[in-house]
Amino acid sequence: MSDITAMTLGELRRALDAGELSSAEITESYLAAIEKNDEKVGGYITVSAEKARAAAKRADALRAEGKAGPLTGIPAAIKDNICTKGLRTTCASKMLGNFVPPYDAHVMEGLNAQAVPVLGKVNMDEFAMGSSTENSAFMTTHNPRSLDRVPGGSSGGSAAVVAAGEAPFALGSDTGGSIRQPAAFCGVVGMKPTYGRVSRYGLVAFASSLDQIGPLTKTVADNALALNSIAGYDRRDATSVDRETPDFTAEIGKGVKGMKIALLKESFAKGVSGEVKSAVMNAAKVYEGLGAEITELSMPSLEYALAAYYVISSAEASSNLARFDGVRYGYRSENYSDITELYLNSRSEGFGAEVKRRIMLGTFALSSGYYDAYYKKALQVRTLVMNDYRSVFDRCDLILAPVAPTVAYKIGEKTSDPLEMYMGDVCTVPVNIGGVPALSMSCGESSEGLPIGMQLIGPAFSETTIYRAGAAFEAAEGAYALERGAF
Amino acid sequence: MTYKGYEMVIGLETHVELKTDTKIFCSCPTAFGAEPNTHVCPVCMGYPGTLPVLNGKVVEYAVKAGLATNCTIARYSKEDRKNYFYPDLPKAYQISQYDLPLCEHGYLDIESEEGAKRIGITRIHIEEDAGKLVHDDSGTLIDCNRCGVPLIEIVSEPDMRSGEEAVAYLRKLRAIILYTGVSDCKMQEGSLRCDVNLSVRKVGEKEFGTRTEMKNLNSFQFILKAIDYEFHRQVDAIERGETIVQETRRFDSVTGKTSAMRSKEDANDYRYFPDPDLPPIIMSEERLRELQSAIPTLPDKRKRDYVERYGLSAYNGELLTSQIETADYFEAAAAKTKHPKLLGNLIISEVFRLLPPEGGDIPIPPESMAKIADMTGDGVINSGTAKKLVGMLWKEDADPVKLVEEQGLGQINDRAALAEVVAAVIAANPKSVADFKKGKLQAAKALIGQAMAKTSGRGNPNIIQELIDAELAEK
Repeated sequence: MSDITAMTLGELRRALDAGELSSAEITESYLAAIEKNDEKVGGYITVSAEKARAAAKRADALRAEGKAGPLTGIPAAIKDNICTKGLRTTCASKMLGNFVPPYDAHVMEGLNAQAVPVLGKVNMDEFAMGSSTENSAFMTTHNPRSLDRVPGGSSGGSAAVVAAGEAPFALGSDTGGSIRQPAAFCGVVGMKPTYGRVSRYGLVAFASSLDQIGPLTKTVADNALALNSIAGYDRRDATSVDRETPDFTAEIGKGVKGMKIALLKESFAKGVSGEVKSAVMNAAKVYEGLGAEITELSMPSLEYALAAYYVISSAEASSNLARFDGVRYGYRSENYSDITELYLNSRSEGFGAEVKRRIMLGTFALSSGYYDAYYKKALQVRTLVMNDYRSVFDRCDLILAPVAPTVAYKIGEKTSDPLEMYMGDVCTVPVNIGGVPALSMSCGESSEGLPIGMQLIGPAFSETTIYRAGAAFEAAEGAYALERGAF
Repeated sequence: MTYKGYEMVIGLETHVELKTDTKIFCSCPTAFGAEPNTHVCPVCMGYPGTLPVLNGKVVEYAVKAGLATNCTIARYSKEDRKNYFYPDLPKAYQISQYDLPLCEHGYLDIESEEGAKRIGITRIHIEEDAGKLVHDDSGTLIDCNRCGVPLIEIVSEPDMRSGEEAVAYLRKLRAIILYTGVSDCKMQEGSLRCDVNLSVRKVGEKEFGTRTEMKNLNSFQFILKAIDYEFHRQVDAIERGETIVQETRRFDSVTGKTSAMRSKEDANDYRYFPDPDLPPIIMSEERLRELQSAIPTLPDKRKRDYVERYGLSAYNGELLTSQIETADYFEAAAAKTKHPKLLGNLIISEVFRLLPPEGGDIPIPPESMAKIADMTGDGVINSGTAKKLVGMLWKEDADPVKLVEEQGLGQINDRAALAEVVAAVIAANPKSVADFKKGKLQAAKALIGQAMAKTSGRGNPNIIQELIDAELAEK
């Protein structure tokens, strides 16, 4: 038996089905890996060993009864902005440092029904605002590929623990690239599904019109398997889409022959490093070799997407985060003499600098007299981007693009300049603005041995096709996470 | 109404709680009067990660209210967030509607001093209610039971010119909403709340003056008092050379005065924006037709019918149609009697007297009420007996015709028999007769009363009066 923590979901499932492994054994292996490595990685805010063991026991019992689902008994790490009943959910914020939700997120219900052991809650940028996980109020997460580098963000914990072999898969959330960019930085596979594909119920909202939960895994096939268990209509989320959920693994192995893959001129604009550019261009060549047709297209509205994103996401955040007022739950300042002071001091002390910056930005953008110039304008850009995606996808099946302008940078390297940090999201935010799905996976390595990510972007509800193309690349070039291994 | 050459201009904002079983964005019950914080869940408490899902009934009810007040119904509307911090508002924003309300451009008709008058309705939109703060010695407590109870806000045009018109508008609005069945409109329980916007201007001027908004007016009487006070206050202030400030004022029901709460400068910038958690509300023609067909005949139409078909006075028509229950009851009974006008009077004088002020079921079947009206109209019983029968049947159901037979309640129309009674009464009351002769016309009434009493109330009062008048004329 090979190292359990190096196995894919598919391999773990086969071993469980064959009776070669029990969920208890798998769970213990991962708890041991966390024990051994997380001091260096810093992925977990909370490790829920006892709950995981109990779920593993339940999973083994279910399997014995022949009632196992696809992920039964396979443990997971959960981003700490996804509500877990009875398990502290902090959003990596002092504001929710003591918050234990009395309910599960929709995605957790799906996993719990299959007795997926939850290993713990993983680190992130506070309230998912950031691109390096350096905005966590609690800890620094290190990139397992190079410990002095950031894991990306905001789902940096999710990507790092999968890359480090501290979880076979993880859930993250993606508002402007928060799954895809850390997946690229850590050399794992991350999917931002179509807006409405996965219920947001129980995901602590950052920007409601952009947030989407998705899986981070070692391989493309694993990712499709994990998405199968969390996707689907939920009547508690009015923005979740009521349509049949396909088997996302269905087209894996069918190859890309005849598929039209587009490179967008604007994707390679200023800021994208030479190494990243050539790795993505090389991926295009790989696809060409596999029988796909590569075309070059243009999408002029991409240029405005980043600005629109920061207006829309901050505006929504300013309203979404207003509920954290110290009145009913979460952090309350000890220093107040009336309600206004309670609000002011609780929020001033409870939120970190980046969160406050976005709240102020968003409050400004929605203010009377500025609404039309900022928020309304941003919504117009959004319509433009959506229309542009539609017309681009009239002429191709998928878009191939970089995930981030650079590979993972050093911890502390960009913290002094928020605007530079924002620029790092230029390749990922259009996907959220457009509401379309995109997969992030490795397509090469930098001269320093750091993974370089590519995005496969498709029209709404085309995840199955995206996985097919991702898997074809992986079959030809190998899965980065498997080849590089963990610690 | 004018004062020192000024008139008042009034517009009303009315909040009506919809009587859906569950809240607007979650499945908590809406019932009034539960223990604090028992009708709550993570959604209406604004817990992190929870999401609102619009209760379809709320849209239906609001649209019904809009249709009943002649509004145009939006085929596409949306919900917006109104952002402000207050401890009774768990999400720190209220989900409301800003620029695309469900209903617009409606009206309703009232009776004013100058006759019928049309009051415009600017808009009706849906929103969620906030919680309630309870202040006691230990501090302030929050009851979230009311958080997320569905409301409609009905905004009128500034078309009213007196407190009486404002109250007439509210009464009519209340009656119409009660007819549609979308709210119970109980002012005491806060399911109908009204804010009054009032400004003054010189009679004949076209421009509006600066308005103030008065809140917390939970009875028609308070509304009248507050309007009266505020009208005079504003006129006197202007006459003293002061300027009116746009502000919110609180009415104190004890002193009958209004006082400043907060000025426009302190007002929040609510930063309205479309709620990204909620898709737009699309109203199909088919659904609109269904809702239209579910609206019962409204009070104005019924009132016209009563006047034209049954010969009722407009006033009595207004009384009978003020509540759908009594209107339905009247119509059911009227279909079975030859004397609908008499039936109307009987309901207004007797049934309304027995009904508790908050309304309720009428325990007498409409058929029985029709029989009482028939017997009265046909002279089988007199009006006193009719009154007595209503009282008896209110307590215990029975066939009024049989009751009259069994208990011998039939009217005595026998002139000879009544003449004997009258003669005896005249003989026994020489003082009354003398008083009458001295010009005390009241004395005749006493004699009629005596004669009625002698027949155990069964005598035909018209015949008795004739006989007494004749006897007294002879003396």
